[in-house]
Amino acid sequence: MLAQQKLKFEFTVLENYRTKKFMLRITDLFARVEEKEIIKGLNLTINPGEVHAIMGPNGAGKSTLGNVLSGRDGYQVTGGSVMFNGKDLLELEIEERAREGLFLAFQYPVEIPGVSNMEFLKAAVDAKRKHAEQPELSAVEFMKLARETSKRVSLDQAFLKRGVNEGFSGGEKKRNEIMQMMLLEPSLCILDETDSGLDIDALQVVANGVNAMRSPERSFIVVTHYQRLLDYIVPDYVHVLANGRIVKTGGKELALELEEKGYGWLETGAV
Amino acid sequence: MTDFQQQAILLAAQQQPVSWLQDFRARAANDWLAQTWPTRKTEHWKYTPLQGLQKTLLPAFGQSTELDEAVNSDLIPLDAIRLVFINGVFSAENSTQAECVVRFSEANNEQQLLIEKYLGKIVQGERHLFATLNNAWLGDGVLLHVPRAQHLEKPVYLVHVATGEEVAANQRLLIVLEENAQAEVIEHYITGNNASSGFVNALTEIQLADGADLHHYRLNMEAEHAQHIGAVHVDLQRNARLRGFALALGAKLMRIDYQMNHRGPGAELDLQGVYLPRNQQLVDYHTNICHWVPHCTSNEVFRGIVSDSAQAIFNGRIYIHKDAQKTLAELSNKNLLTSNKAEVNTKPELEIYADDVKCAHGATISQLNENARYYLRSRGLSRAEADVMLSFGFINELLEQIAQSAVHDYLQPRLARLFGRELSLELAND
Repeated sequence: MLAQQKLKFEFTVLENYRTKKFMLRITDLFARVEEKEIIKGLNLTINPGEVHAIMGPNGAGKSTLGNVLSGRDGYQVTGGSVMFNGKDLLELEIEERAREGLFLAFQYPVEIPGVSNMEFLKAAVDAKRKHAEQPELSAVEFMKLARETSKRVSLDQAFLKRGVNEGFSGGEKKRNEIMQMMLLEPSLCILDETDSGLDIDALQVVANGVNAMRSPERSFIVVTHYQRLLDYIVPDYVHVLANGRIVKTGGKELALELEEKGYGWLETGAV
Repeated sequence: MTDFQQQAILLAAQQQPVSWLQDFRARAANDWLAQTWPTRKTEHWKYTPLQGLQKTLLPAFGQSTELDEAVNSDLIPLDAIRLVFINGVFSAENSTQAECVVRFSEANNEQQLLIEKYLGKIVQGERHLFATLNNAWLGDGVLLHVPRAQHLEKPVYLVHVATGEEVAANQRLLIVLEENAQAEVIEHYITGNNASSGFVNALTEIQLADGADLHHYRLNMEAEHAQHIGAVHVDLQRNARLRGFALALGAKLMRIDYQMNHRGPGAELDLQGVYLPRNQQLVDYHTNICHWVPHCTSNEVFRGIVSDSAQAIFNGRIYIHKDAQKTLAELSNKNLLTSNKAEVNTKPELEIYADDVKCAHGATISQLNENARYYLRSRGLSRAEADVMLSFGFINELLEQIAQSAVHDYLQPRLARLFGRELSLELAND
């Protein structure tokens, strides 16, 4: 980081602290899927520019958190609040959350044959720009942007013409997610086990894409099962989610400790 | 015998006949009068009532008029051998001439023999009421004949425009491809301005000799008040190949039959179809693929989106004769209902009498995929935008497979517009 950038970064962090300008604040959140309570009193505050890793055993509620934050149907919030950039996130529709700058990179991106990837991407960017009262991009402008962005994630341009995620390999789907993230320039990116099913090359492409997007104004929640991803995307904080709540928070070294010891010692110790 | 049957025969007398087809017409007229009129209990007409048609007064066959400028500018831009018919009457000034196509009325002796050899022979009139009527109403018709091993360079584009009030139109096309001949044919049915409910009876017979290869499109894009009964009957000989595409927007009455006969081993058939009835419209596709001989392949995929209070009927039968060993046959019919008043009756039928075949068939009726909708909305698209995109995507999967790019480029934005969306072709094709 250049000295000047570093200074600006530190200043922003300080400024945020002083004015308590958090980006996301989850307070005592409870949520259920069908009849089962999954999130049970979760608290988390994320300031602009921070990268938070959320780790935890299977069934802890990691993916549920992403789905609740993005507003997926069937994920019912039964208590608590979520403030996002000064707005009550839980009051917003799925698409409003997206337009406000929340982005969820799916663990399993959906295949939609018949809907061209290029058209889908343009519609998404148009929706975002319209919301921000910016003019829509022309088809030519957009195609140029899409081509450049696909290069940044090493996704062959042929994929732009195909159906959304149609016949994409696991790695290609994840790169398409990161490409969408780059095009939409969200303020909060939630990566839901983006590393699952990726080989080391694809993992690097994805991590480079994320790192290139890190900025003092943008935050990340990196949900992952394995420490490996965090070698590439270095977090500011690591949280352990177990049994629907955060049971431990630490710095990036916590991830290494978890890798070594597993989650058992935390789950049994959780109150 | 119904009033409609009698009235139809009175009308037949008006037709300017081709002299050497007089006997053919007369026999058909007798058959028509002898046939039983379908009711709701007639299996093949169970969901498609003909009362509306019976009430339609058909005082005359249509006359040719000038081709509407609006219609003319909205035809498929194709470098093609183009034949335009207005109300069933050939319009020379809007058509191009080519050696391979001739009207029955202008056929030379050799061509007459060819017509007599196949006309009414590929279709089994006794099982197809309106084919019999088409025979009885026959004034003129078109023969497309491609000699052995010839490949037509340009597609043949037949445009049928209905205009005027309560007129009847009879369309007849006979396609004969000799051994290893290749051709591409597009039948396009549209409605001109100032038209009101008439009746179009359109019949196509196709003979594909050994190794012949045909691309065939039948596009029914008529107005809401149209009444159209049509059929395509095909005989495929050894190693012949047919790739068919059917499209029907809805209308007051829209019934189309496909009868395919695999008559020589190694024949291959791909048939895809899309139907999109809206409002109070109806579309009825009946397809019947018969494997009479071994080693043939059929692949049939039909998809429909039924909106508002519209109704769709899909009846897809595959028949496999006991001699038709090593048959490969697949049939898929998927329907999307976008309103709780929309109705679809789908019936895939597989009749297998051979023991060494590979067949699959399936039909589904569903609503839009929740996961896909969530995915699109999570990227900022509204629910309505997502639904439109997904509905169109459902049929666009088939449109994407259309081999003739001019047809693809013509249909894609027009059908997208039906779903209320402007599709940028630049984006789609770049």
